[in-house]
Amino acid sequence: MQKFSFSSATLYPDRYREALADPASGGYASFEGWVRDNNEGKRVLRLEYEAFEELGLKEGERIVEEAIRRYGVQKAACVHRVGDLAIGELAVWVGVSSGHRGEAFAACRYIIDEVKHRVPIWKKEHYLDGDSGWVNCERCAEAAHEHAHDHDHGPVRA
Amino acid sequence: MRQVQVRYFAALREQAGVSEEQLETGAATPAELYEELRLRHGMQLPATMLRVAVNEEFVEWSRPLASGDRVVFIPPVAGG
Repeated sequence: MQKFSFSSATLYPDRYREALADPASGGYASFEGWVRDNNEGKRVLRLEYEAFEELGLKEGERIVEEAIRRYGVQKAACVHRVGDLAIGELAVWVGVSSGHRGEAFAACRYIIDEVKHRVPIWKKEHYLDGDSGWVNCERCAEAAHEHAHDHDHGPVRA
Repeated sequence: MRQVQVRYFAALREQAGVSEEQLETGAATPAELYEELRLRHGMQLPATMLRVAVNEEFVEWSRPLASGDRVVFIPPVAGG
């Protein structure tokens, strides 16, 4: 399977896991990121993920290759959802197969941490109170709001 | 003047009101181009909060722009 990919449809970890099977591997570790119904005290109804896919694919593949080299694991891959997601849906999957468990866990952790910081993916949360916002981009929301109304009444969200 | 393509994502797409545009610019670098577009579209995000990519690779803000370049300004990311 591709080391990193995006999917606009439901993710199927069992299929990806089979693709990582390797006779030299004694273990497999995976991470699943799920859509949570709350963030920073607000009730979340649903999420949207948007990606700059051309660059995201390259950066994602670089991250998986770094993890393979750094931890000496056999195989690794990551798949990230894009589009509209409901609560409980699988947003991201990471899997690693390796000779031993220690490096499998470490490589898995490395991949998800780096993906969150480096791959151009954006998450918009839609809240129960009707508000919405781009995560990690609080000032983006304020700036957009001020622009729309052309007046200043302080931060829109805490 | 240079002919460049600019694509917008997420918060910047909403603020710019378009997802893509072709434009002719006198800007010599992505830094100059962003200031020009910020004024035109009323985007209030400072460049210090963004990264920039040209032709699908991350680049420095001071990289010289050429005609045909594809520029993307990248707001704070939030995968996972």
